[in-house]
Amino acid sequence: MNKNYLLLKNASAVPFGSIPLLPESEFDAVCLKSVREEKCRIAAFFAVPRAEENFLIAIFIDPAAKALRVLRCAVREKFTSLTAHYAGFNRFERDIWESSGLEPVGHPNLKPLRFPAGNIGEMDFFTMNGGAVHEVAVGPVHAGVIEPGHFRFECMGETVYSLEISLGYQHRGVEKMLTGGPDKKMAHLIESAAGDSSIAAALNRCRMIEGAAGTEIPEKVVILRRIALELERCANHIGDLGALAGDVAFLPTASFCGRIRGEYLNMTAELCGNRFGRNFIVPGSLRYPVSAEKVAKLQTWLEKVSAELWNALELMFNSPTVLDRLENTGTVTPETAGKLGLVGVAARASGLNVDSRTDLGETYIAPACGKYTGDVLSRAKVRYEELKHSHDYLRMALLQIRDGVEIPAEVPEILPPEVLTVSVTEAWRGELCHAAVTGSDGKIALYKIIDPSMHNWEGLAMALRNEEIAHFPICNKSFNLSYCGHDL
Amino acid sequence: MDNTLIRHISALAAALFFAPLLPGIINKVKAFFAGRKGPRLIQLYFDLAKLLKKEVIVSRSSGGIIRIAPSVILAFTITAAALLPMGGAASPAGFAGDALLFFYLLGTCRIFSVLAAMDTASSFEGMGSAREVFFSALAEVAVFTVLAFLALSANSLKLAQMLCSQGVDSWMNFTPVLMTALAMFLVLLAENCRVPFDDPETHLELTMIHEAMILDYSGTDLAAILYASSLKLWIFAAFITSLLIPPGVFAVWQETALFFAGIIAIAVLTGIVESSMARFRFLKVPSLLIAAAIMPVLALLFVIFFLNGGVQ
Repeated sequence: MNKNYLLLKNASAVPFGSIPLLPESEFDAVCLKSVREEKCRIAAFFAVPRAEENFLIAIFIDPAAKALRVLRCAVREKFTSLTAHYAGFNRFERDIWESSGLEPVGHPNLKPLRFPAGNIGEMDFFTMNGGAVHEVAVGPVHAGVIEPGHFRFECMGETVYSLEISLGYQHRGVEKMLTGGPDKKMAHLIESAAGDSSIAAALNRCRMIEGAAGTEIPEKVVILRRIALELERCANHIGDLGALAGDVAFLPTASFCGRIRGEYLNMTAELCGNRFGRNFIVPGSLRYPVSAEKVAKLQTWLEKVSAELWNALELMFNSPTVLDRLENTGTVTPETAGKLGLVGVAARASGLNVDSRTDLGETYIAPACGKYTGDVLSRAKVRYEELKHSHDYLRMALLQIRDGVEIPAEVPEILPPEVLTVSVTEAWRGELCHAAVTGSDGKIALYKIIDPSMHNWEGLAMALRNEEIAHFPICNKSFNLSYCGHDL
Repeated sequence: MDNTLIRHISALAAALFFAPLLPGIINKVKAFFAGRKGPRLIQLYFDLAKLLKKEVIVSRSSGGIIRIAPSVILAFTITAAALLPMGGAASPAGFAGDALLFFYLLGTCRIFSVLAAMDTASSFEGMGSAREVFFSALAEVAVFTVLAFLALSANSLKLAQMLCSQGVDSWMNFTPVLMTALAMFLVLLAENCRVPFDDPETHLELTMIHEAMILDYSGTDLAAILYASSLKLWIFAAFITSLLIPPGVFAVWQETALFFAGIIAIAVLTGIVESSMARFRFLKVPSLLIAAAIMPVLALLFVIFFLNGGVQ
């Protein structure tokens, strides 16, 4: 057993004191070795302020061990930045700097991430000089009904040389509001941190509490939770593919997908009364049982709608004009994706075999990966493959619960004192990580939500390098990252 | 009063009145293909009525061109419409060489819309203007090869003769005319910012061409711009329809009916094109416009080699 770090099973708790405490230089070396040589990915990297000293906690997903790698070090006011050696640390170190005041020494691009202190958007943007340079500022108010974010393009004619993304407009202080829990508002706060991933977020919260208490969940309940998660994945992937078609002005798929997405949201509502699955998953159980009739209804519903879905998507993927727009547009090479530490759909589209379900030992076979080149078409196709995969699962899972699901009693929402607890769920965008540290009274002292967008925003910026500025919308849509999940 | 004069004036009045229907027809066709109900056929009339009641807000960084551009664009577009033969009747204002004036009136409209867009000092409108100028420069090549074909085969530079004297007595005869009409249809799509050149429905400023240039208009100014765009669409559709209707074959009422049916058919065709393909990436747009420019040249060669018995 390695003494440098602790291997933690996904969704379980560990006493805070038992996390290996390394000297800073060794901590840095282990972190860099993990991400650069041992194929680990950052799940979370944050600071835990304590009375006399601050701890840096690094949590990695270790695919070889099928577990989470946890280590920590103690720092005072500064720590050595790792960003120059591995770009994946960039946003995490800026977050630490902003939320705890610890300065990452040597950070090459130390800029505000969320502007918690105000003066939002006042930033020293990267600029280019020269008569032919053309600067375009987009947002934070956009023409469509989307979230706010600012994009600064440095262009030469139509070609983008650099894109800088400045977020923080959605910063609500979710993590701060979560301290002092678990309490009544916790479920609501977590599910609304990023509303499009409510089910994945709720799953993380409940698994943390169950894992810490050692609660056994009946298999059928697990299946039903996963069904809800897959419905969420389907609805979002369908919405994204439709929006992508809309952005290249391919009308049929855009309108079909818009409607079909609604059907999947309605299926979720059939399960729990809410189209986004809010309040469905509760610690130890589910809020509502499911009858055999309801399962039968969902089965016929799914058959009908999925036939329409494949039809709509084939229309798009068989249209030469659409393929011409998507192919070789916004390419993120596997090399770049690896250096940035991309996760989820975007990483898989760049040919990286990155999936927290397989990497953390769930019984799951990830869709074939490796033939993708990292362009917009790849990101669309990964979604298409995942839709197929989700449908296979849904069909099988609905058969398994065809007699209905009874729900067990809920478990109390408590966490043990002085622990670190982590849960990672593969949400539709990628791995969503929740981590909590409790105080001596068992109350949450620190809660971190790491949305997959935190890893991937930099990927979007790189996708635009040397790309036509007019391709920004489809590149953006192909990533479809969360602003509120990032800003919290 | 001259019969042709009455016919032309009533057809022009119809054009001015019914032009806002064309975007409505296109949208209905698109809605049909998307399985939607879509906006009303006469939605643009409602939009125009609404906009006419609203005030005009002008960007503080503007130097004033944006204030005069809508009037110039509207006036020049109406003048261009008045020069065009309508429903088989030659324009009373027509003269030898009016074809050049016709296209340069439309060209001046573009100059003003580009200048006004630059006047707002918005980076989006600057990008839109750059694209507009680039693509319309290429579209102009197509326009002039179309004119060259028509002028040579009609032996005239008068729109009425160029459009309404394309004698058609056989398919052999009709083929070059059809090729020219097709080139003109591509120009119509490009000039009226339709798919695959542009996407009139988009809200994404970074991808816009024509739409980006009108972002800063409001109220009556926007109404003038929107109305002028629909009239421009009508003008191009009328151009193609007049070209395709053979002269002296039909009775006057049939010719008039065919004229309006043709314009509606072109709107429907535009809707079908928009429903069945994605927009091109910018790099592909020049190839399509060059193809449009080459088609009338091929039509000319066709005439020379097959109809005039080849080069002697």
